[in-house]
Amino acid sequence: MKTEFIQRCIKGITQAIIEHENDIESLDRAIGDGDHYINLKRGCLAINSMANDFNLMPPSDVFKKIGMKLLSTIGGASGPLFASFFLELSKSLENDGDDRDGFTKGFASGVRAIMTRGKSDFGEKTMLDVLIPISELLNNRVDGDIFDVATQIDRKANEAMLATKDLLPTKGRSAGLGDRALGHIDPGAKSCQVMISAVCQEILKAKK
Amino acid sequence: MKKFINEVDDFILESLSGLAQAHPNLVSVNLDPMYVIRKDIANKKVVLISGGGSGHEPLHSGFVGHGMLDIACPGHVFTSPTPDQMISALEAYQPEKGVLFIVKNYSGDVMNFEMAAEMSSYENKSLIINDDAAVINSSYTTGKRGVAGTVIIEKVLGSLAETGANLDQCLSLGQRVNNASSTMGIALTSCTVPAAGKPTFDIGDDEVEVGVGIHGEPGRRREKIKKANLMVDDMIDVILADLKEKNVKTNSSEILLLVNGYAGTPLSELYLLFDVAAKNLKTHNIKIARSLVGNYTTALDMAGASLTLCVLDDDIKNHWDAPVLTPALRWGM
Repeated sequence: MKTEFIQRCIKGITQAIIEHENDIESLDRAIGDGDHYINLKRGCLAINSMANDFNLMPPSDVFKKIGMKLLSTIGGASGPLFASFFLELSKSLENDGDDRDGFTKGFASGVRAIMTRGKSDFGEKTMLDVLIPISELLNNRVDGDIFDVATQIDRKANEAMLATKDLLPTKGRSAGLGDRALGHIDPGAKSCQVMISAVCQEILKAKK
Repeated sequence: MKKFINEVDDFILESLSGLAQAHPNLVSVNLDPMYVIRKDIANKKVVLISGGGSGHEPLHSGFVGHGMLDIACPGHVFTSPTPDQMISALEAYQPEKGVLFIVKNYSGDVMNFEMAAEMSSYENKSLIINDDAAVINSSYTTGKRGVAGTVIIEKVLGSLAETGANLDQCLSLGQRVNNASSTMGIALTSCTVPAAGKPTFDIGDDEVEVGVGIHGEPGRRREKIKKANLMVDDMIDVILADLKEKNVKTNSSEILLLVNGYAGTPLSELYLLFDVAAKNLKTHNIKIARSLVGNYTTALDMAGASLTLCVLDDDIKNHWDAPVLTPALRWGM
């Protein structure tokens, strides 16, 4: 993994989040407190404005900077969750290297950090319902063709996001709503899918 | 929306700046990152640090001072503060005898304080407050919410920390007071978050939200408004059931009764609630030994009030009576 690729992803993710303002916000108004989009956008813009400082840094340092910045800008519950992911990813890359194998391990450690921080697991109508299947797919296809894997991840993230619609919330923003949250996609799962898809598009651009 | 505001983004900054200028002898305010610390730094005792979303004033910033909090970290309106605030404030304060994080049970608050606790280089413990009897899970919480009982806990622990008690003793008394306290609230109107510009929820002229949270989040049920004594009866029933569930004996006990306004209800109504509650508690053979009436844990401009019963023992009573000198709570000095 190269820092230049991370910088392109930062731009891609920010753009994708802004393009999906209406989707994310309407979902969060339905079963959350309506501030997920604005908090995420604030975090993305903060990372964007520091992206040029990353030029000479290795990916592990970049992800550490990203984690710390998200921690102080997003706030709420999302801030610590995203920050835990990036800080753990950074630590893992530092120990295991930042090649594809290292990133796969790092992604898995990041997802585990979110599970620990949020005391949550798969199937509870949260961002983890997208992140856990993606982490597994990355791990299973660690030797697969990168473009094939990117296409599969994009598709899988979308399926997993849509599947949160029928889940009963037991953790996270809509836990207090119980049955009333059925039929709504989880906004955190949606925003994760949007970000993952943006990264996949960056990978696939190299093929074109 | 009709509020005293210049720019929405400056709302909390200007409010904190005002607090600092109004109480120059009691608190110092830092605006980036935001924190409020005691003017007469007392870092040789256990340092008590709390915080949470703004909009609940005087909680927590108004309770910084002798006999209560050392540090308060306010977030944006109804949004938890972030760990960099706690870390910077602690660095400015230089605790020498450990740090107790006092955290109301909201997912965002819990996670942000948890990360601050992990990142902090000082010995620390965390106390999670969940005195609300109304609901188990809400739009902001897993488990019960932390509400007006926080004021009692911060006051009592502030006094204990002044005596030189250690970190474990502070945590242990905090847990005891939390368990012995139970709160139930009712909203008459919604509140309006400045950045949103419109009321958080719709409520009819003749309706009340029973068990409302301090962000205007839903409680147990929506119903038609009734006479005050009937509403107080409902609230006390819920509180007594909650205390019973927590194995706290109330019959023939002495209690502290806190009638807390959400900021949109006049004191005359709060005292009326006290009168009604006192009559009710008498029938349950409960003695009001201490009391506090006023706007202490508010929800911006929401009309409504909560009742908190804290069952007292000699320890809690003595620490409640001990001198306190903060912008919003002051006696004995």
